[in-house]
Amino acid sequence: MLEFPQSLRVPLADWVDTAMDWVLDNLGPLFDFLGAVGLQILLFVENVLLFIPWFVIIAVVGYLAWKALGRVSYAIIMAVMLLLIGSFGYWDLAMSTLAIVATAVLISLVIGIPAGIFMAWSNRFEATIKPILDGMQTLPTFVYLIPALMLFGLGKVPATFATIIYAIPPVIRLTNVGIREVPRDVIEAARAFGSNRKEILFDVQLPLARPAILVGVNQTTMMALAMVVIGSMIGARTLGMEVLVAINRVEIGQGFEAGISIVFMAIIIDRITHAFAEHEHEAAGKSGE
Amino acid sequence: MSDNSTVGAGFGADPSSETNGSTPEEEAPIVRIESVWKVFGPDPKGVLDGSIRTASKTDILAESGHVLALRDINLEVKPGEFYVIMGLSGSGKSTLIRVLERLIEPTAGHLYVNDEDVLAYGKDKLSQYRKHTVSMVFQHFGLLPHYTVLQNAAYGLKARGENKQAREAKALEVLETVGLKGWEDYFPSALSGGMQQRVGIARALATDPQILLMDEPFSGLDPLIRRQMQDELVDLQGTLRKTIIFVTHDLHEALKLGDRIAIMRNGEVIQIGTPEEIVAEPADDYVEEFVQDASPARVFAASSIMQDPQAVVYRWQGPSIARRVIIDADRDWAFVLDRNRLLKGIVRLEDVQAHAKGRGQQLTDIIRDEALVCSPDAKVEDLFPLVSNSSYAVAVVDDEGHFLGEVRPRRIFEVMSKKETTDA
Repeated sequence: MLEFPQSLRVPLADWVDTAMDWVLDNLGPLFDFLGAVGLQILLFVENVLLFIPWFVIIAVVGYLAWKALGRVSYAIIMAVMLLLIGSFGYWDLAMSTLAIVATAVLISLVIGIPAGIFMAWSNRFEATIKPILDGMQTLPTFVYLIPALMLFGLGKVPATFATIIYAIPPVIRLTNVGIREVPRDVIEAARAFGSNRKEILFDVQLPLARPAILVGVNQTTMMALAMVVIGSMIGARTLGMEVLVAINRVEIGQGFEAGISIVFMAIIIDRITHAFAEHEHEAAGKSGE
Repeated sequence: MSDNSTVGAGFGADPSSETNGSTPEEEAPIVRIESVWKVFGPDPKGVLDGSIRTASKTDILAESGHVLALRDINLEVKPGEFYVIMGLSGSGKSTLIRVLERLIEPTAGHLYVNDEDVLAYGKDKLSQYRKHTVSMVFQHFGLLPHYTVLQNAAYGLKARGENKQAREAKALEVLETVGLKGWEDYFPSALSGGMQQRVGIARALATDPQILLMDEPFSGLDPLIRRQMQDELVDLQGTLRKTIIFVTHDLHEALKLGDRIAIMRNGEVIQIGTPEEIVAEPADDYVEEFVQDASPARVFAASSIMQDPQAVVYRWQGPSIARRVIIDADRDWAFVLDRNRLLKGIVRLEDVQAHAKGRGQQLTDIIRDEALVCSPDAKVEDLFPLVSNSSYAVAVVDDEGHFLGEVRPRRIFEVMSKKETTDA
């Protein structure tokens, strides 16, 4: 009586399975191709990061931190954080993590910025895309892993694609908002002097939307980092995997080391990209009015 | 044009300084707007096709949900004319000026510029039209914040595809014209509102357009700067002689700047006329209300209140005739003209009486160089100082020095006292 009746069962799972099978049968080669391209980019970035000696990377991060945040103390703190990650024995894993984040962010920007531009141009496109973006961000992060796993198999490639899907909404959204918020009269003036759409985009809209876009880049990067950690569940060798292993073995100390390494990376990436976006905001504020 | 009005005491006023050449009334219009309508809403054409076309703006909104912005606008602007479109917000004036650039497409009607049908232009021709024929100055300046003053001024030329050297040279030139020399490398945010608008004007002038469209360019500025900018625009127009279409909500600005003014309300043009015509005969209560605040002394030109002279003698006439003319007119002086009605000066009754006794005396010997003169478009306000310490009437003379009529001090006082201006 009080049980939910079996007869009302909607076989959504079967439908999804069927759809997935169809995709795999028919679009398999396409995903193989995408996977291969993704892997090449990923390996390239990873190899570069692993090729550069650790002290050079620490020096570069320190320099960037000093440039972006304007204080030597911050530069030193961040250099020490990186040093600690290395001392835990996680240097290579940290670089692998960074490689996936960088690749995912790169692809996100290549897709996301043009998508944001189209969204700003077309109200209809905006209305279509917005609920999809909302959905992409509301879905539990694990859910991405399943189709990614199905389409690309195990490893860092599916992790990268899952990361892209999870991390791309902010840059699309903020590009859209940034362009839409360019003052109407400035665009009108550009039109009045005979500029076409492309000239208006590159001379007016993108430069004025830059601060907003950079905030989007910052958010996308942070979300990518969060997702990469979860991506370890489908076999991406990242810092997250160490946490996962530590949980399974109930090794609190090891889990803590891996966990704090992720936090350090998050702090470093966030502060530096955030500071660059901030600078832009200030510059825009100064010249904006 | 108020810039070529001259006022002066003594007869030495140099007529050649006046450039009141061909009157614009005789030339073919450069801009013709014919029954232009603009309706905003989901089905603008449907509104125009239906019977609702004749309904009032509020009824159209209530019944169809469409906003009527322009109703059957017909205007003609002559080359070199300073044409002001005046109205309160919501009157459609800003829509109308945007239609002239085709930043807004009218729902119906025709727009001819140089006898070309601008609304029929394709993409390329429209772009050319915007790059070469018209330029616009915006209320909120519309400057690019990430461009320097120089780059902003050169923007129109950049859009036109001119190379960097050429466009920057031209931009420097126009920046100097608007008084911004030395500011080229600053960003607009470093400039005051008035200076930013100078950049806007420089940008518009840089493309050397035939027609300058100005959409409330000074209304964002504080009153002192606004007045200064108006004066400078008048000076600038004196040398540039562009066709200017200027939108404003400020009647004083309209009266000060305009050769002709079109007054708009609720999307309709309700009166077109010279500043004097509008102040003298407001078309309806709406215009009258506007005009109430206007000071007639600032609007009326000498030509509109001048009268036929009471006492005129000709140079070849003798002192005894002059004496009779002066006495008949119940005055103690008279204007002296020569054969071509050129003003030669005045004679006074006492001089005439002294000379009338002798035979064969000539007037020439007693002509005084004391006449007060002004041009026909000098404003009454400016005549006041002339007559305030003199008993003579002011002679109105044209560019070549021909005598047109006289403005009696009494008339000047009448006009001045009719309405003491609210803002002096």
